[in-house]
Formats: sequence, structure tokens, C-alpha cells
Amino acid sequence: MTPPRSGQVIAPDQAPPASAPGSTQEDDLRVVGTPFRRVDGWAKVTGQTRFADDLTFPRMVHMRLVRSTLPHAFIRGIDTSKAEEMPGVVGVLTGKDMPEPFGVLPVSQDEHALCLEKVRFVGDPVVAVAALTEDQAADACSAVTIEYEPLATISSVDEAIETSEPLIHDYGDEGNLHKKISLQFGAVDDGFAQADEIFEDVMFYEGSTHLPMEQHAAVAVPEGGGRITLYTSTQTPHYVHKVLATVLGMPASRVRVIACSVGGGFGGKSDIFSHEIVAAKMALVTGRPVKICLNREEVFYCHRGRHPVLMHLRTGFTKDGAMVAQHLKTALDGGAYGSYGVASTYYTGALQTVTYGLPRYRFDSIRAFTNKPPCGPKRGHATVQPRFALEVHLDKAAQRLGIDPADLRLNNLLPPDSITANYLKVGTIGLGACIQAVVDGSGWRERFQSLPHGRGLGLACGSYLTGAGLPIHWNHLPQSAVQLKLDRMGTVAAYCGEAEIGQGSDSVLAACVAEVLGIGLDDVLLCVGDTGLTPVDLGSYSSRVTLMVGRAAIQAAERARDRLAEAVAEKLDVPADRLVFAESRVFDSGNPENGMPFAEAVQRAEEKFGALATTGSYAPPRAPGRYRGSGVGPSPTYSYSASVIEVEVDPETGLYRVEHVWIAHDIGRAINPVLTIGQVEGSVYMGLGEAMMEEQVFRRLPKNRSNALVHKVPSMLEYKSPTFHEMPPVTTYLIEDPDPEGPFGAKEVGQGPLLPIMPALANAIFDAVGVRIDQVPIGPHMIRKAVEDKAAGGDGRYGPKAFPDIDFGVPLMVPTPDEGGDGRATNSEEAGVRKGSGTMADGVRKDSKP
Amino acid sequence: MMRLPVFRLHQPESLSDAMALMASSDGETRLVAGGTDLWPNMKRRHQSADVVVSLNRVAELSGIRGEAGGEVRIGAMTTLAAVAASPIVRAAYPALARAVESISSPAIRNMATLGGNLCLDTRCTYYNQTEEWRTSIDFCLKEGGTICWVAPESPRCWAVSSSDAAPVLCALGARARLVSPAGEREVSVAELYRDDGIDYLTKQPDEVLTEVVLPPSDGVQMSFWKLRRRGSIDFAVLTAAVALRRDDDGVVSEAAVWLGAVASAPVRSEAAEAVLVGNSLTAEVITEAATASRKVATPLDNTDFTLQWRSKMVIHYVEAALREIAGLEQERLAPNHAM
Ligand SMILES: Cc1cc2nc3c(=O)[nH]c(=O)nc-3n(C[C@@H](O)[C@@H](O)[C@H](O)COP(=O)(O)OP(=O)(O)OC[C@H]3O[C@@H](n4cnc5c(N)ncnc54)[C@H](O)[C@@H]3O)c2cc1C
Ligand code: SF4
Repeated sequence: MTPPRSGQVIAPDQAPPASAPGSTQEDDLRVVGTPFRRVDGWAKVTGQTRFADDLTFPRMVHMRLVRSTLPHAFIRGIDTSKAEEMPGVVGVLTGKDMPEPFGVLPVSQDEHALCLEKVRFVGDPVVAVAALTEDQAADACSAVTIEYEPLATISSVDEAIETSEPLIHDYGDEGNLHKKISLQFGAVDDGFAQADEIFEDVMFYEGSTHLPMEQHAAVAVPEGGGRITLYTSTQTPHYVHKVLATVLGMPASRVRVIACSVGGGFGGKSDIFSHEIVAAKMALVTGRPVKICLNREEVFYCHRGRHPVLMHLRTGFTKDGAMVAQHLKTALDGGAYGSYGVASTYYTGALQTVTYGLPRYRFDSIRAFTNKPPCGPKRGHATVQPRFALEVHLDKAAQRLGIDPADLRLNNLLPPDSITANYLKVGTIGLGACIQAVVDGSGWRERFQSLPHGRGLGLACGSYLTGAGLPIHWNHLPQSAVQLKLDRMGTVAAYCGEAEIGQGSDSVLAACVAEVLGIGLDDVLLCVGDTGLTPVDLGSYSSRVTLMVGRAAIQAAERARDRLAEAVAEKLDVPADRLVFAESRVFDSGNPENGMPFAEAVQRAEEKFGALATTGSYAPPRAPGRYRGSGVGPSPTYSYSASVIEVEVDPETGLYRVEHVWIAHDIGRAINPVLTIGQVEGSVYMGLGEAMMEEQVFRRLPKNRSNALVHKVPSMLEYKSPTFHEMPPVTTYLIEDPDPEGPFGAKEVGQGPLLPIMPALANAIFDAVGVRIDQVPIGPHMIRKAVEDKAAGGDGRYGPKAFPDIDFGVPLMVPTPDEGGDGRATNSEEAGVRKGSGTMADGVRKDSKP
Repeated sequence: MMRLPVFRLHQPESLSDAMALMASSDGETRLVAGGTDLWPNMKRRHQSADVVVSLNRVAELSGIRGEAGGEVRIGAMTTLAAVAASPIVRAAYPALARAVESISSPAIRNMATLGGNLCLDTRCTYYNQTEEWRTSIDFCLKEGGTICWVAPESPRCWAVSSSDAAPVLCALGARARLVSPAGEREVSVAELYRDDGIDYLTKQPDEVLTEVVLPPSDGVQMSFWKLRRRGSIDFAVLTAAVALRRDDDGVVSEAAVWLGAVASAPVRSEAAEAVLVGNSLTAEVITEAATASRKVATPLDNTDFTLQWRSKMVIHYVEAALREIAGLEQERLAPNHAM
């Protein structure tokens, strides 16, 4: 057969007829599904887009931060007197000016805008100085002296486990362990007892950072009447708003956050940062607009990127490759603060169950505090590391069981509409079609295990959320809302709190409105990401925007369409349900001549109803899990991806080159296939970066001589990320099987396609030269070492040796649906689930009380 | 934000004016050519200056003179882009063209000069960092501290010679012309360097490097291989530059084997040369020579990649360069930069 071509959209034969939201006129979608030009594209390529650092205001001053040069220390004194006297200086702030703690998660309120008593990593901000020019502010920063009392440095998970004193924080589950989790779904021991084979692996996934081209920037502007506006490069204006109001001690109504266009986020701008709060405070104190743009090194310190995770995976298989039980242990190096870490910890276990059938499952995890910049969410948020482990583990299992890795996966696919052992409700699953597409495209059946020594193919899969099912702050409120204002000239203004971070969310919002109302994209005026003007959307994280904003937009637009239809029906004297909205007209489907322009339709409706505005909102369906921890993992629907990578490896040096990537993604429906493919290719690029070279690593100087612990290479020259030279050709297949939860059937694409890349590369290297690299990034020295080891009679493996010995206590026991479970744990008391020490699922527990 | 400190900039239009300015300026005075090394170093406060004398407008210092078959002179201010594009260089000194073409990125090669490349500061991942970062580890020897963090027991600095042109020019036996108010002299490019991460040049501060003189390349076969993480931007962690002559029977009569980025200066492997001279370039001889070359490399843990692996790669890269000259099939995966 001819392999599918790149960018081909594949509709699986078995796809049921879709009844997806918005798709009333299924066959004649005019905007959705077409490769339209993104609505912000022109401004971006011509330099008209105003990023936060482009903004300037009258009387604006510039701010710089003095950051800690020690990894762990008490602050014993701060002398800013010299700095205050320096030329141009208008304001100096220290921690005591903003003593209120904050954190993005309610359970981790462990940060201060400027360090109060302690510094916890090199780069922790301590003092802020504002001056007329940036140079003056920088000079004044050098004149600040801080007296420290150094504390022992904790540089790794192992050191955190060993060290009970000093504590980096005075909260957490145990010593320097921020979080400790043990969950068991079903009779896992019985499962292992039924296994024909049990395989075990220890794997490591190094940390990496987002590396957005745009450095974080913010401008705070004091407004009349004691108000403040913060313009900032953020993915989550709503959370910034909440925290600003709290830390500044101001009513939320006087604080306005405007999310500027973001020049790359990838999760790195979804937290609330010190510089945002301090800029606002400085503006209030000085009465002048205050700008700060971080330098590249500071961006490495903001971090909140991929957690380094050590993993232990043990799985029982039947002879024909079905999984009967699995036990996963993960250890996360969290860095100095909580950030999203509690969620990250759960995410290292949550999505192991959504791709292949897994009847019984145990998950143990710790997250350690260390004296490094805090880790948090990066594209694929903490599901990436265990996915790497699982997909390499499966490759090894397939090899040992003598089953083709593609078949092993195809035979074990989770059926659609399943409830998994850990109570995730999964809807449509396009994974089988994804595997088929990349198997066909790459010539897998003929070429796998048949290429010359040094050439190899590897296959792996992945899945990701289309929006987190639960909000960060537990409530039953809509997670996204859209307001439409229809104007008699024919313009439709769409207001929504979403943040365009380059992923194309503005285009999705405009497309959904335009599609339903039958108008052009240019007729939709967007007002987004402004907490003062737009209804709340929780932000651009967890791949939630297309689905949630899309659903809210469809609802608002359908409500508007109904109103217009009612007025037009009266005027034209045809039944409302015969009216068609298309080509900026409203007309009788039976007699297209009989109609009127859209603008006139608005006028008729305005005559009838008065000024026209509608709203729409979306709240995800309730998830079936009722145990502590069940809040992490649920999603309205899951996306699926599969990839085959071809690699050329030089066994003598270990140097390798990725020759080609085939990737298929289950998108449900592509609102815009070009943007979708762009996201897939971007994910491949970022995934290859993590697979091949990116690492956020630290340098511990010899302990007998120094306490220092510094970021090894906080610069874009030495933090290695692939260039065009390393980027291989990519063949993308979009699998369209509209999901009933998605707008027009759409699922996410921003994160999922990254997941299969790292394991596919490791698996390809095995096919090429017969060695297993059980960690990423895969450096050439690792391959060389494994090849040498194999030649010397070893097992030809490079990777971590052991998982630390940790007592996880009694796991929280949750009987699975198959065992008749109802989603609740049976031993909360015994498992020591403490009140308030919690997780994002606190509310679930409350909620689930009979 | 990383800004240049305040200093006085002069842009003379002749070499003699430049020299006069160098001699008459008060305070610390430096030369600048393309600035692609000096400006970043000054922004990070590695290097400071009260006065900077730019050679950018000194027209007499740029240009390539000579023709294939004879001696070729390259002005110190000739940009790397111009060197790489020069038909003479490409025809007569292909290894130099390849080395220069591999440097950094097109934008930098448009500014950077050959003279600047030869005078490039040595590099170390404990050193090429911001001032705040260096405060966090306590400044090392190269910055007036008391310890080398790479080799704490060692009294010296091991920062790495990172010029890609230098090892090739050494292998080709090129000479450098130095002019100062006191007069001028010519030294071999090899003699320009000292194996010391701090005091890495034998050139005096008031000496201007005016041109590089390449001997005729008739009958010389040459190659250059460079190891680095990515196909662009990155500095080398190892380079192998080889030049040799063979007689009519294919027996090597002269050989020069130089390594870059594995010490504080380009280093020569006389052991490898000794294996080659008097022998034909068979696969066995090549492997033996390559193996012999490893001894002179002293990589330490102050660049990208692990040092054990870099050290092993010396053999493979020298071998690859020699096999290329011998016309043997290449077994190595060629680095993915333009080669
Ligand atoms: C991102 C990046 C990547 C790079 N990658 C590479 C690489 O892969 N390989 C490589 O070799 N280099 C690399 N470089 C270094 C690059 O800056 C030099 O190779 C370049 O050639 C320096 O030339 P310049 O004219 O800009 O020097 P300048 O910065 O102007 O000068 C460098 C030094 O030489 C002195 N100097 C300059 N000209 C003269 C002269 N005529 N006489 C006396 N002294 C002089 C200056 O005083 C200064 O100390 C890289 C640089 C960057 C920023
Ligand atoms: S080699 Fe040692 S002394 Fe030289 S720059 Fe590096 S750490 Fe400093």
C-alpha cells in the first residue's frame, strides 16, 4: 500500500457517526477544519504584536531584583541604604514589604514575593530596586549588601531523604519530602501472582526547562482610585489576579491583570512569579509605572520546568503480552518550592492507565525539596517521565515475549468508554488508528529489526488530558466562559479570559464563533486575557483551552444565533429552524434568495430584544473517582499519539542522528489542520530536545571546599536545545474521530504529541545497535558505554541502578470498578490520610461524603 | 539585561593611528575587531576596559592577497564569512575554509574576524557565566581567585583554547605578523599560544595582529574534523586538524597533526606524526597514528560532554580526518554541521 502522506487527515473506518458539540450542520462546516490563517498571524510576522516588554508608559521606571548567591541560608541582615542613595533610584523593597505567603496551589503556600527569612536556591529574589533607567537599577542592586548565615545544601533526592535537618521548608509530608503518596487500585499482589512473566526496570528522566524565546516581562501601572493594572507575559491571568490581590492585600476589584501575547510558555509562565507581584507593589509605592524584563539567566531561575524523576516500574504480563498488574514508583526532585509540585507528583502516576488495559495498579511517589529552582509543569506535565518508562518497558517486554512491539500495544488497547482501574473515564480512543498510521507510514512491518546494524526504528505511544477535569481551587464554577456582544454594524465582540501563548487559542475562539454565526473570522473582534474585562477562563495550561473555551464559545454563539433566528424568522416569515447562517447572511434554506445580511439580522434582533449580548460557559463532567488523589487525572477526553522514529547510530562513538519521525495524533477534529500540525511538529521538536540533549542540571562544588550549588549552564549557548541541523523531517498524520465532549469533536494537541518521542528514540537506538539507554537525554557517551559493556559480556544497558529504599507505609486502597469498587478508598484512616495536608482532591473528599 | 560598562571607544582609520591611540590612552586599553568575543566578555564583566580601540575602519587590515600555488596573506580584519567564501582559501586551504565555516552562526561569522578568532579568550564552563553566577561559586583563578574549580589541586588555569582556525593554521605552518609601536615581528601561529588558560597568548597587549601568512599549499593534503553537540552555534569540544604530503609512492613525507579544544592551546601530536612519516596511509597506520595522538589531549570537565568520552573521541576524530585524506571509506557518522 502507499504510505499516507504528511499532513493527511485520516478518519478511522470504525468511527461512529459523531454528534459533537457545535456540529449541527456536520457536512458543511466552513471555517472549522479549513487551514485558515491564524487571526494573530499578521501582527506577529510584521512586529505589530505588543509583548509585555514592548510596552512603555509615561513616567515609567525600571526594576531589577537582587537574587540570592547562596543555595540555602538564613537572611541575617539586608542593607539597602547605599542603594537608596544611588542616582536615579526611586524605590527599594524587601520581603517585609510583602510578607503574605502565596503559591499557585492552595496546599503549597510556601513562596514570598521577596525572601523573608531564608533563601532556598541560587537565584531566589531578595531585594527589588526601581530606578529611572535599567542601568541605574542594576547599579543600585550591586550596592545592596545581604548578610547570610549559610545552611547545609541539599542537592538531590537522596540527600533530601537522608537529611532531616535543616529543613528547606517547615511543612511537608516528612522531613524534606514535600509529598509522599501511596495508592493501590485493586488486588495488585493477586495480579502479579497470575502473571507468566514479571519485568522490572529502573529509569531516569532528567529535568529540563521550557526555554521560551520571550523572557518573562511585566509592567505594573498604578491607575486612579487606588487601582493597579499589571501587564504580564503569563499563561494564567486569573491565578495571577488572585495571588496579586491576596499578597497586595487589595480587593480583587481594584486589581486588573492583562495577559499580553506570550512569546512561548510551554508551562513556564503558568505560575505566579515574584517579579509580577513586586512590580505591582513597587508601582503602588512609587506611584509610577514599573517595568521589569528578566534576563535569560533569571528565566532559568524561574524555571517551574520538568521534574527530574527516578522511576521503578514492575509489571506482570501474560504470555501473550497482556498486563495483569503494575507497580510504579516515582521520586521527583522538586526544587525549592511547591509550585504545581503536588499535582506533578500525582501526574507521574495518573495517566499510566489510559492507553492499555491495566486491571490492577499500585503507585508510590515522593517529591523532595532541594536547593534548586522549583520544578513545575512543562508540556506534558509530569506524565512525560512515566510515559517514557512505560513505553521503553513495553518495548523490552515485547522483545522478551517475542511479540512485535506494535502488536503488543494494539492487542492491549484500552477499549473506548472505559473506566480505568484508577477511575479515569475515557471516551473516544484513536490510539489504534494512530499506531496503524505510523506503522504503515514508516514501513515498520518490513523494516523493524531488518535494517543494517546502526540503523533502527522505534515505536512508542502516549496520551494526554484535554483539560484538567478539576480546577486548582476546588469549586463547581465553570472553568471557562465567553461573552459575546453583537453590534448593529455586524461585528461580534468575543470576551474571554483565555491567554494566547502562541498555541492559537485566539484563532480557535474566533473560529468557533464564526462557524456558529456564519460570519467571517474578521467579523469577530477579540478581547481576551483581561481580568478586568473578560469572564474567567482558568488559563492556558493542561491543554484545556480549545475544549473549554471552544465549548463556552459555541454555547454563547448558539444562544446568539437563536435570538437572531427568532427575529429574522419573524421578519422573513419562515420557521426559525429553516434558517441558515452562512457567508455573513441569514437565509431560508429552502429559498436562499430569501434572507438578509448578518448585520441586518442583528438590527432586527436588537429592535426586538434590545441590546444583544450572550454568554456561554463550560464545566467538565464529574469524574467517577472519590478517593484522595482522584482529582488529578480526570479530563473531559484524552488525546492519543503514536510515533515511529528512525535513527542512525555510530556504535564506535555513540553519536547518532534522528533521520525521520512519523507521528500520528488523535485530534478528534482539527479546528485548523495547519495549526494542529504546527503543534505536532513543535512537540516533536521539544520532545527531541529532551530526548537528545536538554538538561536543567546543577553543579555541586567539592563539598569539602564549598557549599555552592549552581545551575550548570544558565545560558542559551550552553543549555543545549536542538537547532535546524538536528531537526529531522517529520511526517504527521491527524486522526479524526470526533469526540462528543470536544467542540466540533476536537481534542487537545499542544502537549500530547510530545509524549511518544523520547521512548521512541530510546527504542530506535536499541533496534539500531542493541543497547538499552534507560534515561534521557541520551548522550553519545551513554551509547558508547553500553556498547562497550555489551562487548565485554554485560547486559548492554546504561541507566540508573536502583530506586531508593523508601517506606511508603500502608497504601490507600481503592477497589477497581471490575472489583465492584465505587471510586472510594476503603482504608482512609489506616492509610493515614491526614486532613488538610492535602491534594487538589480535598474537595472531592468533602464532596463525596454520603 | 546585560549591558556593556561605560568606556571610551576610538575608531581610527589607519594602523598607525590605532597604534598611537593604544600608546597614548590612559587606563586599561583593549583592541576590538568584530567584538563577538570581547563584547560578551565585557557584558559579563570578564574583561574590562577604560578605552577600546576598534580596528573596524582600518581598511588596510582586511582582504585576502595571493593566489593558489603561492603564499596567501589574510588580513586580520577579514571576516570569517569572507575567509570561508574566498575562492583562494577554498581551493588551496579547504581545511581552513571548513573550520571557519563551522564557527558559530552566519550572523556571527559576518562580524567576527580571523584575527579575533586567533586571539579568542580561552573558555571554561566555570568561567563563561554572569558575574552573579561567578559570585555564587567564588571567583576562580582566571578571575583573581585562589582556586581552579576544575582541578582544585592544580596551581594553574585549564580554560580551553577554543579557536577553530588556530589548529588548522598551526598544521598548515602559517605565520602571524604582529605590529607594535616598537616595531614588527613574525611568529608561527603555533608560537602565538601558551598552554595556560589565563596567559594564553605570547602576543604583547600593545601588539596588533595584522595578518596571517599561509605558505603555498601545493601537494599538501589536509582535513579538519570538529566535535560539538549541535551543528551550529556551539564551540568545539575537540578538533582534529591534519596536513601532510605524500611522495609519488604514497608514502607520507611530512605530517602535521594538531588538536584543538583539548588544552589551553592548540596541541601538536608528534607521536602521531612520527607514525605517519615514512609510511603509506593504510587503515592500520592511520589507526596507530590516531591512537598515538590521544596522549597529548588533556580534556577536563569544563566544556560540554563528559571528559572521558571526549578523550576517547580524540582517536576517532584524528582517524576520521586521516581516512578522509587517504580516501578510505568513512566509518564515522559525520558531525551534522556543514562539512
Ligand atoms: C555564540 C558564539 C559561538 C561561537 N562559536 C565559535 C566556534 O565554534 N569556534 C570558534 O573558533 N569561535 C567561536 N566563537 C568565538 C568568536 O567570537 C570568534 O571565533 C571570533 O572569530 C572572534 O572574532 P572577533 O573579530 O569578533 O573578535 P573580538 O571579539 O573583536 O576580539 C577578540 C579578542 O581578540 C583581540 N583582537 C581582535 N583582533 C585583534 C588584532 N587584530 N590584533 C590583536 N588583538 C586582536 C581583542 O582585543 C579581543 O581580546 C563563538 C562566539 C559566539 C558568541
Ligand atoms: S580552568 Fe579553573 S581557573 Fe581556569 S577558568 Fe576554569 S575554573 Fe577558572
